[in-house]
Amino acid sequence: MSAEQFKDAPLDGPLLELRDVTTAFKTGRGLVHAVDGVSFSLERGKTLGVVGESGCGKSVLSKSVMGLLPKRNVERGGSIRFEGEEIGDAKSSDLRHLWGTQMSMIFQDPMTALNPVMKVGKQITESLRYHLDVSKDFANDTALQLLTSVGIPEPQRRVNQYAFEMSGGMRQRVMIAIALACGPKLLFADEPTTALDVTVQAQILDLLQEQQRERFMAMILVTHDLGVVANRTDDIMVMYAGQAIEKAPTRTLFAEMRHPYTHALLQSIPKLDQPSHSRLDAISGRPPDLVHPPKGCRFAPRCPNAQDRCREEVPPLAERETPGHEFACFYPVGTPEGDEARARNEAEGKVPGASALSTAAAAAASSAPAPPTAAAPKSEA
Amino acid sequence: MQELSLSPEAGTAPVGGGADVAGAAVEPVVVEQAPSRKFGIGAWLASIWLVGLAIAALIVPFTSLTTNPKYPNLADVGPFKSGAHIFGVDAIGRDQLSLLLWGARSSLILGVGAIAIGMIVGGFLGLAAGYIGGRTDTLIAGVFNVLLAIPQLVLALALVTALSNDQPHISGTSVSFTPVSPARRLIVLIIALGIVSIPVLGRITRANALTWAQREFVLAARAQGAKSLSIMIREVLPNVLPAMFSIALLGVGVVIVAEGGLAVLGVGVHDPSVSWGVLIAGNRSAISTGYAYLLMEPVVFIFLTVLSLNYLGDVIRARFEFRDSAL
Repeated sequence: MSAEQFKDAPLDGPLLELRDVTTAFKTGRGLVHAVDGVSFSLERGKTLGVVGESGCGKSVLSKSVMGLLPKRNVERGGSIRFEGEEIGDAKSSDLRHLWGTQMSMIFQDPMTALNPVMKVGKQITESLRYHLDVSKDFANDTALQLLTSVGIPEPQRRVNQYAFEMSGGMRQRVMIAIALACGPKLLFADEPTTALDVTVQAQILDLLQEQQRERFMAMILVTHDLGVVANRTDDIMVMYAGQAIEKAPTRTLFAEMRHPYTHALLQSIPKLDQPSHSRLDAISGRPPDLVHPPKGCRFAPRCPNAQDRCREEVPPLAERETPGHEFACFYPVGTPEGDEARARNEAEGKVPGASALSTAAAAAASSAPAPPTAAAPKSEA
Repeated sequence: MQELSLSPEAGTAPVGGGADVAGAAVEPVVVEQAPSRKFGIGAWLASIWLVGLAIAALIVPFTSLTTNPKYPNLADVGPFKSGAHIFGVDAIGRDQLSLLLWGARSSLILGVGAIAIGMIVGGFLGLAAGYIGGRTDTLIAGVFNVLLAIPQLVLALALVTALSNDQPHISGTSVSFTPVSPARRLIVLIIALGIVSIPVLGRITRANALTWAQREFVLAARAQGAKSLSIMIREVLPNVLPAMFSIALLGVGVVIVAEGGLAVLGVGVHDPSVSWGVLIAGNRSAISTGYAYLLMEPVVFIFLTVLSLNYLGDVIRARFEFRDSAL
């Protein structure tokens, strides 16, 4: 049914285009700039991974685009265009026809995102009947098909069950079935696997990818885990403190990570080739206060490469050597100036966290249980 | 959720002890749930009393077992007790059991009717206040507070006397009264006590709707394009209903007692209808006589009914709190 819908859709221009989107919450302490000048565009059928740690604004970004944030106490700016139509400052009542049929959302915790007192079948047919005005029997049949397609065995029995009768993975599958019911063109998956067991995570992500391909649906996959997006996205945007700091096609990003934050994120994931008991490289410090963000680069206080310039001037998000690879850093990782900056910081003992960034050094250090301090000789330095 | 959060612990437990640890970890949860879920003997007794009373109140007009209190038997005036009248006969020859069952009719209709008004009006207002929030919430919560600030019995008294009192006719020095119809008095009582119960039920609904409206499934329903009214009724209301019901059951008891208070002030159900409150008010002078049973019988009926309602309200709340914590 979804394939027919897409036949008539105009196939020119990006599906979703954001320009300088800002979202700020009014609080007693002042404006919290949760999303601060984010721009990107997403083509039909493509996947964008939005990566960042807790509180970097990635969930707020997806809710801003959907228009699901409350209108009170929220200041918003910039332009959001969906299929060329400006939806940035549309009212909820105007957006309602888009919700479910054009864009849809999967939430982090399937335990709370399903109604505890409504049968799951009903929760699926609800939006079908609302948007598509179909008969009850047709909606029920579609619900069964959807449950089958999201890999739920015995769908006839499951439609009459409640959410609490299902496992976490099963609930997330139901969530996906609900979100896909009306054949949206864009799916927001807001940390869809965070609340799930690791073994189920991969299944759910595979399911999302498979459904996305079948339905030629664009997806924005929000996660804090670079590992989750590595094989499943076309582009990746890394966010820090409300801003996009590095943006690239997935392959390019993993081949040449430029921003020290992206690099540090990757280093904080345990790897199979690391010897056991080797220390993980955590990023020291905390994200900045979003009411009074730092003057220069927001990552500067935690950055091993930070120089005086970084603390004064905001580095622009711009393309450097590789086309399509944008990053916002004066001293990027893997460039002569970046290495030089880091070496200088190490020499002055100013590296925050003071742990080895290079895995080679960590491997060397772990063979002898020497404390991995900044004094350890670095191969690049 | 509890089971899920326990499973990783069981998985990381040392081999061999794994099964024991899992069993020990899951068991307390089951034990903890058991008492709250069980529909115990107390709840059965309460239900039997209430259902029996309701059935008796329904069928009493069709029985010949008891004398219709509308037609007192003046040949057989009391007060006395006999084998044929185990609950006694009052001073104008009416069988007390018959009065109690006819009284149950009025009292139950009144209690359920008033609370039904409170649930519908208060429930809708509370739901809107809790879900929409903002100015709507401020306004509705303000209305509730104003209603609560007025002494409830005084408000009910004022409404009943203003809307359904006997109409006096003054001609010269003589005053005659046109009595108001009992049905009209009953309806006005239901409305008056219903208005009084609106803020009580409304506030409970609002408080619950506030927390449920923040839940992610409400946002999920919005993200699927559901309208506010349908979210309120289909997503939030079913979750709020258990709390509303448990308070409503308590409320029925409170209304029955409140009608007793009004009856003592002379504005209970109107002659020839009787309610438990009217029976208490009419027999209150018997308290120091040998016929105190005429007073105590309706008191015991009210006591047992209110006790049953409160107990069932608690059981309902306990049962649904369990489900809330499990999700």
